[in-house]
Amino acid sequence: MTASAPPGQVSDQVLPGHVLRYTFRERLVHWLAAFSYIYLLLTGLAFWSPWLFWLAVILGGAPVSRMLHPWIGLIFFAGIMQMFALWASQMGLTAVDWEWFGAIGHYIRNEDEDMPPAGRYNAGQKLLFWGFILFGVLLLLSGVVLWFPEKIPWSLRYLRYIAVLVHASSALATIGLFLIHVYMGVFAERGAIDSVIHGDVTEEFVRRYHPGWYKELVGSSAPRK
Amino acid sequence: MSQATLRVQKISGHAGTVPGEDTQRQYTVCKLIDTTTCIGCKACEVACMEWNDLPFGETVFGNTYQTMPETRWNYWNLILFNEHEREDGTLMWLMRKNQCMHCADPGCLKACPADGAIIQYTNGIVDFQQANCIGCGYCITGCPFNIPKFNPETKRVFKCTLCTDRVSEGLEPACIKSCPTGCLHFGSKDDMKELAETRAKQLREHSNFPNAGVYDPAGVGGTGVIYVLHDATQPELYGGLPKYPVIPWTVKLWKGPLKWLGNAAMIGGLIGLFVHYLRFGPKTREEDLEIPHEGAQP
Repeated sequence: MTASAPPGQVSDQVLPGHVLRYTFRERLVHWLAAFSYIYLLLTGLAFWSPWLFWLAVILGGAPVSRMLHPWIGLIFFAGIMQMFALWASQMGLTAVDWEWFGAIGHYIRNEDEDMPPAGRYNAGQKLLFWGFILFGVLLLLSGVVLWFPEKIPWSLRYLRYIAVLVHASSALATIGLFLIHVYMGVFAERGAIDSVIHGDVTEEFVRRYHPGWYKELVGSSAPRK
Repeated sequence: MSQATLRVQKISGHAGTVPGEDTQRQYTVCKLIDTTTCIGCKACEVACMEWNDLPFGETVFGNTYQTMPETRWNYWNLILFNEHEREDGTLMWLMRKNQCMHCADPGCLKACPADGAIIQYTNGIVDFQQANCIGCGYCITGCPFNIPKFNPETKRVFKCTLCTDRVSEGLEPACIKSCPTGCLHFGSKDDMKELAETRAKQLREHSNFPNAGVYDPAGVGGTGVIYVLHDATQPELYGGLPKYPVIPWTVKLWKGPLKWLGNAAMIGGLIGLFVHYLRFGPKTREEDLEIPHEGAQP
């Protein structure tokens, strides 16, 4: 199931001059993970700092936040596992990706024409993906310990000691990824947020940001010009 | 339970200053437990349940006189029994009344994220305010003495209050009141420290306990409950009393440097992205991505 899925499917209609970037399933999984992550972020930040404790208060009270946070965490984890199933095969780092990292200065300065040709996902997006998978697993493992701290016997207390540190550090790492992801998708790369809502992007978008993928598409199914 | 006559000096999960801090000086109170004169009668266990209106729970037999393996959310005071074999082959009962130690630097309070769920009064008592507790159990992680216990029904954590309600009225805690041998004492920290040292000296010089000493661990800033031990070099013998109790280093790291680094990184990241947008703007403007209108197409 890739972007070359034939246009015309009820859920994945593509306008003329556009290319299907995300199928309905991909979009659904993205937003499942996104909304659950935002809840986890807000309640997590409430427990992180007394200055942000009010976040839990407006989300229904801190005891409710404490009760729901682990369950929403499970939903988030299910979301990223779906993403893993969908995208892991496309997220392997290639030689072009390493060149891409080397040229990241151009990318930051919006000199996209100087970048090595990215495929369906550029190296930064791949890094985001693997970051969320890795830290998602760490958050789940440490989160289970924090869910039931009273069930951990005294002799295994080091599990609790490790869990508080791993959970907070991993969460911070995902916040870094999340901020950059939202900034890129909403503000920097116009068209990206629409693509994960409506599913399609313009051919120009693909040519500009994912020239490697564009070449593939032209080579295989020759989208209309 | 909050005691209006007691002033507060530390509040968990609290942004800003502590209201009423330093408006009144109070003695730091202290409970002295002389393990050398404890007879294991458990009067203190019963008195604790009586005064604090704790329901009677099932006991667990573990081949000793000990009532249960460890304290519970509704059993705050437990004498730990250890039948210790000395080097000369003789046996000796080591009995230690275990409860919250009321640390000067409480790990539970440090770990707690809920505003006002754990407070430390100016007299040193560390008290849980269940009305503000969110049931996260971080206090369980922060405590080096395995004291806070979770009630799965109410999702709140409980422990010994050092009978704040009695102390605020000028009474000693219920356990002290009940002790028939006088091995429990209550007073100012200075007085109890002096009494304990006197007793330890007596044990060393007159009772053939050369290692007798006082347990008031510096790792947690000293405690509001101190022990006289026959052998202060081996506190572990007394039901696993830690020799150098400290707040777990991961908790300190998490609540200290990691918090400031994390906050700086998050705020710095937001500012950085905003400045990037001001400097470089979006990669493309929408109109660049527009495809020609239907009519304009060949």
